[in-house]
Amino acid sequence: MSDGTNDASNRGLSSLDRSNLDLETPDKTYLDSNELIINMGPQHPATHGVLRVILKLDGEKVLGTECVIGYLHRGVEKIAENRTYTMFNPYVDRMDYCAAVSNGLGYCEAVEKLMNVEAPPRAKYIRVILTELNRIASHQLWLGTHALDIGAMTPLFYTFRDREEILKIFEKYCGARLTTHAFRIGGCQYETYAGFEKEVKNFLTFFAPKIDEYEALLTTNRIWLERTKNVGVISAADCVALGVTGPVLRASGVQWDLRKAQPYAAYSEFDFEIPIGTNGDTYDRYLVRMEEMRQSMRIIEQAVNRIPEGPIMGKVPKVIKPPVGEIYHSIEAPKGELGYFIVSDGSTQPYRLRVRPPSFVNLQALDIMVRGLLVADVVAVIGTIDIVLGEVDR
Amino acid sequence: MAEEVKTPAPPPPPEGEKKPTAEKPPAAASAEPAKPAAPAKPAGPVPVPWTSPLVEKYRSQYGSGLEAQTYLGQNYLTVDRALIPDILRLLRDEEQFDYCVDITAVHYPKREKQFDVVWILYSFPRNERVRVKTQIADGASIPSSVPIWPTANWLEREVYDMFGIMFDGHPDLKRILLPDSWKGHPLRKDYGILQQDKEWVQINLGIESGQ
Repeated sequence: MSDGTNDASNRGLSSLDRSNLDLETPDKTYLDSNELIINMGPQHPATHGVLRVILKLDGEKVLGTECVIGYLHRGVEKIAENRTYTMFNPYVDRMDYCAAVSNGLGYCEAVEKLMNVEAPPRAKYIRVILTELNRIASHQLWLGTHALDIGAMTPLFYTFRDREEILKIFEKYCGARLTTHAFRIGGCQYETYAGFEKEVKNFLTFFAPKIDEYEALLTTNRIWLERTKNVGVISAADCVALGVTGPVLRASGVQWDLRKAQPYAAYSEFDFEIPIGTNGDTYDRYLVRMEEMRQSMRIIEQAVNRIPEGPIMGKVPKVIKPPVGEIYHSIEAPKGELGYFIVSDGSTQPYRLRVRPPSFVNLQALDIMVRGLLVADVVAVIGTIDIVLGEVDR
Repeated sequence: MAEEVKTPAPPPPPEGEKKPTAEKPPAAASAEPAKPAAPAKPAGPVPVPWTSPLVEKYRSQYGSGLEAQTYLGQNYLTVDRALIPDILRLLRDEEQFDYCVDITAVHYPKREKQFDVVWILYSFPRNERVRVKTQIADGASIPSSVPIWPTANWLEREVYDMFGIMFDGHPDLKRILLPDSWKGHPLRKDYGILQQDKEWVQINLGIESGQ
């Protein structure tokens, strides 16, 4: 649905210095009709939650956008200051609720680093397996809803059907499907259930042909190509300047993944590739995420075959009381760099806990990605950035 | 590059590169004495001076306005408020810290300069992180880093929203998560966890209190 005006070259870095959107005084357009300012959301199915986007339009062409966020603001960082480290652990699941396991991993590792303890190897492997399963689940949810936004309804049913298998593993492991609270500071609370390895392996054999099935539906689908190719192009330089990370950055050609750049958990022990794109358009981001699911499967396969025996909980005192100091630790969440900056005053509660949310930072790129596109493309671009409003607003 | 004793503790994060990773002040400390961590409770690790060509260069240039330390393998610079624009720009232009990961603040109500503003930076070419911190007083403002990293736009708006810190030269400094007409800045320590802008709630929601 690109009308050819979405030229990445004339929307380079200079476009980031734009003046702010003037919503008060619409200019006259050449057809003598006024520019139009409309509201998209906050309650709009294609905004994936409660996101309000103010669009300034010339006919159907987008001249600029402004995001209004905060509808889901719960004050997670304030809550953290009023809870102990252990009590705060389940709260992080409620930020990016599509990838609760990743949130928990980042938080637990940050506190562990601050306390100078380390999870035992077996716990690290369990963490990797569950986190990668969650990455697949998050990408499936993204694919289903993104395709639905663009008009392909079938992938939604396929992805939700297959995602169910992952959620069943989560449920058997820790009793919860979505907000799992799977990990504890220092390791894992639960040992794997009998038959865990077998079920994970079964899932891998079950899921491998399913990715091909999704690709058969979309990758060469004419409508899909029309709606995604050259739509929402963002250059690597713009990504870096805007702090955009995750699949969006990689689709623009930057081969950067925290699992490789600064390995955490047990990621340095596994063999996997970082897929990248070339054009930085919606189609490349789709391809990158599809390949990431395959790479996640590779990691899970290696991890589940080599999972070591041993304890699952490190030497952590009953009362979590990190020494005075501060730490920043980040992980590669399905949506990008998820970081925790924790300041400890030596008490049982964090003095300050800052979450660096990938969705929040990536959403900032929406404006330069949609300028010059059509209204229908805004929906495609919101989908392709893969935001979760629970994390944007925290 | 100072050679220092490595304690058995945690493996150095990769960002440490060639930086010293010692957790305790080494016996043969470098020129500067280690700054003791605030009233130490249980003997935790202590920040040690961070020595690197980068630090030497800027210290000779800016002298005492700059302090460099390493804690748990993570490097940070504590910089005078006046030097902030220079240092941030130099870090991007000369040291290739091209990615501003996060900007945030910490409130210490008992201190004279109540706020710590923290920039977390990352360099893609060097695969290295550094934190820059400065202290500012309540009501004081700080130059915006939007011209340096466009990503600072929303990050600074959030700091303003949550702490009330003003950023000079920000293109559109307004609240981002809370409603525009909200009063108070929730992440300040004197703002209670159940506290609300009762007037706003009354006017906009028509109820006495949301709690």
